[in-house]
Amino acid sequence: MHNFNYHHAADIADAALKLKVTVEPKLLAGGMTLLPTLKNRLAQPSDLIDLAKIDGLKGISVEGKEVVVKAMTTHAVVAASTDVRKAIPALADLADGIGDPAVRHRGTIGGSVANSDPAADYPAGVLGLDAVVETNERKINADDFFTGLFETALKPGEIITAVRFKIPDRAHYMKFRHPASGYAVVGVMVAQYGAKVRVAVTGAGPNAFRVRAMEDALEKSFAPASVANIKIPAGDLLGDIHCSAEYRAHLVNVYARRCVEALVK
Amino acid sequence: MEYNVQMTVNGKAVSGKVEARTLLVQFIREHLRLTGTHVGCDTTQCGCCVIHVDGVAMKSCTMLALQADGKSILTIEGLAAADGALHPMQQAFRDHHGLQCGFCTPGMVMMGVDIARRLPGADEKTVRHQLEGNICRCTGYQGIVEAIMDASAKMHAAKA
Repeated sequence: MHNFNYHHAADIADAALKLKVTVEPKLLAGGMTLLPTLKNRLAQPSDLIDLAKIDGLKGISVEGKEVVVKAMTTHAVVAASTDVRKAIPALADLADGIGDPAVRHRGTIGGSVANSDPAADYPAGVLGLDAVVETNERKINADDFFTGLFETALKPGEIITAVRFKIPDRAHYMKFRHPASGYAVVGVMVAQYGAKVRVAVTGAGPNAFRVRAMEDALEKSFAPASVANIKIPAGDLLGDIHCSAEYRAHLVNVYARRCVEALVK
Repeated sequence: MEYNVQMTVNGKAVSGKVEARTLLVQFIREHLRLTGTHVGCDTTQCGCCVIHVDGVAMKSCTMLALQADGKSILTIEGLAAADGALHPMQQAFRDHHGLQCGFCTPGMVMMGVDIARRLPGADEKTVRHQLEGNICRCTGYQGIVEAIMDASAKMHAAKA
């Protein structure tokens, strides 16, 4: 690992200031992606700004029809939260399936969302549950947030402070779990809000995306058969040593159907 | 540039000077000379480096020493009682043949204690899932799973 300078941020304003005055800074949340990246020398920041000591960035609250998860809340805390379990069990399940127990004790929602890893679980949750990503500067709708492979709408100097999930009538998340890493080869979140349905996919494309054709079909009839024959074009999907783009396209169909099956059972 | 770091390790206050990039496991092994915590993969996968930070299991190969500043650390060396009596989890690993070469064992035992803390009375399937981040290449896990279930039951009986 190349060396770097290290700072503890006292609060958000301090972190924002340090982002401005350092040459090539990176924010450090749980470090479950950033530290392996640094070990592989795939990034070489001049300064790491650790957000861990900012108390105001941790915690979960239910506010009306929303579940608010602050950015530095770990996956383990989300998975074990009775509030999350009651309001959006699919979100608790999603968090409980990330990595392994030791990883869930450190990895954070803010870090995961900001990284926009194509195989991360949270992006499907953020997009499927119509969330709003709050930063120190503005609120960003999930539909506008994930913009590409490891790319988001975040601007330099912007810090995620919380993710605000809309509580659905019902939702389900399932993934084809990579047997070694636990990452989503394909993961699908299906959520219903009254007459509206959202189908969000992670793992398959360069970034999480919605499948409008499936949403339309499920809004007409919320049944597994509605999505069974909706094929996803493989053209824009990822193919790698784990599986081809065509196989991922097939998995999107399979997991969307299984989510609906689980919900109507 | 070097940074001062201080933490409590196995009940003792320790401090040292580290580079920003010094991993917690390097600090524990190379600065403190507590070599019970192992480095297997160095990529957050094998779990040989699992320790407790403020009572919670974490992989010390994927933490900077500076991230543990001010925290309370428990390593395998701090698990047994002062008189040398084994922790119930260590004793159970011994009773159930939960180790062979021993390389993964410190991480397995520390994760076992964490599983017992979080999931009292966990069944076999749950324990196996909870060991997703700990790899053993000798035992086939059978003795490890039995040890964790046995010790977990004993730890909770002792508490009640």
